[in-house]
Amino acid sequence: MRREPPQRLADYGPLFFPAGMLTVFFVVPFATMIAVSFFQREQGGFYTAAFVFDNYARFLSLFFGKVLGFSLFLAVAVAVACVVIGIPFTYLLSRSPRKIQIVWLVALLSILSLSEVMIGFAWSTLFSRTAGITNLFVWLGLMVQPQALTPSFGAVMTAMTYQAFPYTVLVLYPALVRLDPTLTEAARTLGASPVKAFFTVVVPALRNTILATLIMVFIFALGSYLLPQLLGRPQHWTLSVLITDQAIYQSNMPFAAAMAVFLVLVSLALVGLALYAGQQRQAK
Amino acid sequence: MTALRRLFFFVVGLFLALPLIVVAGVSINARQTLAFPPQGFSLSWYGQIFTNAEWRNALIASLTLAASSALLALLIALPLAWFLWRRIAPWANIFQLLGVAPFTLPPVITALGLLTFWATTGFYGQPWTAVISHGIFFVTLPLVTLSLGFSAIDRSLVEAAATMGADDRTVFRTVVLPLILPYLVSGYAFAFVLSLNEYIVAYMTVGFTMETLPIKIFNALRYGYTPTMAAVTVLFLVIAAVVFGLVARFGDLPKLLGAMSDER
Repeated sequence: MRREPPQRLADYGPLFFPAGMLTVFFVVPFATMIAVSFFQREQGGFYTAAFVFDNYARFLSLFFGKVLGFSLFLAVAVAVACVVIGIPFTYLLSRSPRKIQIVWLVALLSILSLSEVMIGFAWSTLFSRTAGITNLFVWLGLMVQPQALTPSFGAVMTAMTYQAFPYTVLVLYPALVRLDPTLTEAARTLGASPVKAFFTVVVPALRNTILATLIMVFIFALGSYLLPQLLGRPQHWTLSVLITDQAIYQSNMPFAAAMAVFLVLVSLALVGLALYAGQQRQAK
Repeated sequence: MTALRRLFFFVVGLFLALPLIVVAGVSINARQTLAFPPQGFSLSWYGQIFTNAEWRNALIASLTLAASSALLALLIALPLAWFLWRRIAPWANIFQLLGVAPFTLPPVITALGLLTFWATTGFYGQPWTAVISHGIFFVTLPLVTLSLGFSAIDRSLVEAAATMGADDRTVFRTVVLPLILPYLVSGYAFAFVLSLNEYIVAYMTVGFTMETLPIKIFNALRYGYTPTMAAVTVLFLVIAAVVFGLVARFGDLPKLLGAMSDER
């Protein structure tokens, strides 16, 4: 039974259910959202069908510019932090015995799947005055009095790095496992120290992987919506928080939809870039 | 180098474990205070999850949603992955792309799309809309594991069965299904655990009519602190670790995550 093109209508049978479900419940909602982004908002949280650009025109405000700028900055900072720690970590992990790898992978998957609500709650506890890390500093004599470390930018940044780190490792893992070990062995034989071999052989060989990972983690961080809310001040809100806020609490669906469409376009452009970088890698 | 490597692993491990250690600590406090190290010892907050009606209902809602939406995700992914493996139809890859899209884009986008959709069709707030929403949102996971599973099947096995006169249905039942079963199970496991923890899509679709545990914790956070949240967090972490541990025990986790099978 070789792979062959479908010939009769019945051959398409298995495709009906998945194609129908994905079309009705993903493509149509997506299209609905795009349509709503052009609708006119009415008082009291309703909206009427129209074709106006008002919702997009609001992007030109200083407030929106600030939120967008901060979101992008935060996502870049998180992506860089994760990749900088993630590359040496994943590299060492991929060279560890299989049993150790599996233990780490299970732990990373468990943290990755942990609800954002729970990650936010865990960090707000760790950064709290009564149960937090500052109590440890006081005990060690580094601090006079325990204090709360939230809300602050540092708290948002730390928790988002925590959330994105397991994702970063899992994105890097396949590429690093497949990296030819003879590359570093050759460098070591020629007298390079392990650290030098890592920076002069491993990192350059992975240039495109690193770029693609940076972009993937950037998009992942862009999607964080609860941590800035739970651990930051209103000026630390990101585009994702603003979309949720407009949709649920301000009942301004058209504006929320317009921002979501904008976020899609940014993400798609970046995914395209990541795929392109990935293809460059394969071409080599 | 080994010492340096150990130190680096230890620091990363500490960073990952620290918030969880504190949460585990506050979950066994005797009184309802946020204190670490814990004052006294009590497992009553874990009991609360099952005895308090609100938390129990949220737990049941979460488990029901996760079990049924993961099944739906599997039912969408299996025929699609099989079709893409069995037939040469490049245009059908568009559905593969559609299946992966919700997971690649920021989740708030899928959530908002589904919110506008359910509001427009008039089903907003119905519990079953959450099942469909999660089923679509997490279809990526079984789709990816199954595609991997199908690509690992030796086609000569299938050809041998076909030469002996087996039709598509028989081949699927007797050859293909046993071979992809581990991938089927792990795809379901991934979707189940992630659905259990998912907040934004559930909140935007049924947040006002139904409380899953993540929604319940978020709502409870606004009114102050109760150690039950910490207990639920620990419980969910244990569930995830057990499920992924089982996947690793009975499957090939490094291979599932993209490593080659005969490595090391």
